[in-house]
Amino acid sequence: MVKLAIVQMVVYGSVYALLALGLSLIFGVGRLINMAHTAFFVVAAYIMYFFTRQLGWGPAESIALTVVGTALLGALVYRFLLDRVRQHAQAVLLITVALAMAFQELLYIGFGSFYLSIDPLISGSIVILGVIVPKQYLLVIAAVAVALIILWLLLSRTKLGISIRGVANDPEIANILGINVQRTLLVTMAMATGLAAVAAVLVAPIWILYPPMWMHTLTIILVVVVLGGLGSIKGSIIGAYIIALVEQVVLVSPISPNLVDTFVLLAMVIVLVVRPGGLFGIIMEEERL
Amino acid sequence: MNLLSQLFKNFRFSVLPVPGRVIAVVFFVVLFLVPLITVDRYILLVFIFTNIFVIFAVSWDVLSGYTGLVNFGHALFFGVGAYSSALLYKYLGLQPWATIPLGAVAATLIGVVTCWPALKLRGPYLSLLTLSFPLMLYGIVYAFPNVTGGPYGVWGIPVLSESRVTEYYVVLMVMTVSVLIMWKLTDAGSKYVRTGLLFHAIREDEIAARASGINTIRYKILAFAIGGLFAGIAGGLYAHVQRIAAPETLTMTMSFQAIIWVIFGGIVSVYGPVAGAYTLFPLLEFLRGVVGKYNYLIMAVVVILVLLFMPQGIAVWIRDKIERECPRCKLANAAWRKECRACSASLR
Repeated sequence: MVKLAIVQMVVYGSVYALLALGLSLIFGVGRLINMAHTAFFVVAAYIMYFFTRQLGWGPAESIALTVVGTALLGALVYRFLLDRVRQHAQAVLLITVALAMAFQELLYIGFGSFYLSIDPLISGSIVILGVIVPKQYLLVIAAVAVALIILWLLLSRTKLGISIRGVANDPEIANILGINVQRTLLVTMAMATGLAAVAAVLVAPIWILYPPMWMHTLTIILVVVVLGGLGSIKGSIIGAYIIALVEQVVLVSPISPNLVDTFVLLAMVIVLVVRPGGLFGIIMEEERL
Repeated sequence: MNLLSQLFKNFRFSVLPVPGRVIAVVFFVVLFLVPLITVDRYILLVFIFTNIFVIFAVSWDVLSGYTGLVNFGHALFFGVGAYSSALLYKYLGLQPWATIPLGAVAATLIGVVTCWPALKLRGPYLSLLTLSFPLMLYGIVYAFPNVTGGPYGVWGIPVLSESRVTEYYVVLMVMTVSVLIMWKLTDAGSKYVRTGLLFHAIREDEIAARASGINTIRYKILAFAIGGLFAGIAGGLYAHVQRIAAPETLTMTMSFQAIIWVIFGGIVSVYGPVAGAYTLFPLLEFLRGVVGKYNYLIMAVVVILVLLFMPQGIAVWIRDKIERECPRCKLANAAWRKECRACSASLR
């Protein structure tokens, strides 16, 4: 029981980390709170379902098309919706909430309100220390690790990474130094939604899909990001594992499983009361003109 | 007599020349006349819910729009108001005239308690902290089903009145009085109440406000108390109209509905949330009848399109079309006037 919970914690923590990274990235670079982030995740999971189940394609081309398609969708949403209202924080918030609702309704119309599932990418399981672990779990952990390393290399070693970090630091100075802020944000948004699509492809076989699942996932991801500190990549990863740990501890303990979210949120409230900027975030100074 | 002539004078010189105010007055007069036009139970019910949501939306705007403490968990107050009204009936047998005010008091207390962690935080951290409170309560409601009814809610509570028309007028009166009070409390130009000016000051520059000797903490707590009180009233009314206090009152959807109405109508104004709620909620109900299950999709698209082309909100956009502020004396004028009605400065 406890060993299984540890395995679950690592798997869920990895998925949360991947999702939280996307949200944290677009907040850190563009100061945009993208409430539709997990809606992109759900859309990607349904695209994957469409390719593998309804069209019967193989996993490799489905994964590639899903990730590229979702990243493209994210870029289009940024270009035609978010870019125009970037200066109005409330409008960004509301447009992304409305967008998430629109995605949810489109999925209801396209796929109905059934619970759906996908075959695992690799079947079978192995026994580690007396626990039966499905190979899909190991694939999730490995894939998340690879995705994180690629993202880290991209941000620290490439010209694109430098411009992203520059815009995150100070968009005006970055603009003066010849970085195309709008294009950098577009690429960041595509990267963030691409990461959400990677997460969707990995967890679609182990989670059950239904259109309104973006809402609960969004709560968890927001908690993770806030716990770690908004805009901090290290914080998002550590926060993801902390939240996954809290979830599994509550599930293993005799407390009612209905209270899982309550305890997860309580963990965030405690961290915020002790450290008002999250674990690794910077306490935002009052922005004055 | 003197008062009446004063009132008439105000109407003649401060309301009639400004198209926005004329629209507001006509709107409220029409609302009071609705039962003369139709007594259809369904249409009146839509109006009743809209009026309740107007209180809810305006209370969010007073708390978050005016002071800038963006609260993502306004459903907390709504749900606490609904649940405490229902539980007061279930365990003490109190009637609606007692349960709704007591529920509102409970929501106010919750508002004051939740602002203790909230006051330490700023910006998105504050928003996401407040987002968590109703969801925590949602889990607690599910975890103790023998008290709260779990997913089924507390049902079988009495209606406000057997007659739909009486119910309509009760809710409309409560809505009018609440909106009037909140409008006066947030009126930055008022000679009698300072809160409006201070809320604006806190939003624009809290450090400067504190440097001017304003105890900003006290006014932030006051903002939370006002927001909690009126959202609690709305929640209590909602529970008694629906005859059930269900966990849906605590969901993220409920919190975001208020935010959608306010921002759609125009944030930091009282007419904005009223216009927003009165556009979107009846539209949603109307679309349910016309296009069935596509209504949420169409509403989401409408919200996105309106925000793309008028990010300030629809009411503010309309106000800017029909009114113009005098550059010299800052008085509102009709947009078609050539010179200011008070100081005759040129408006062109």
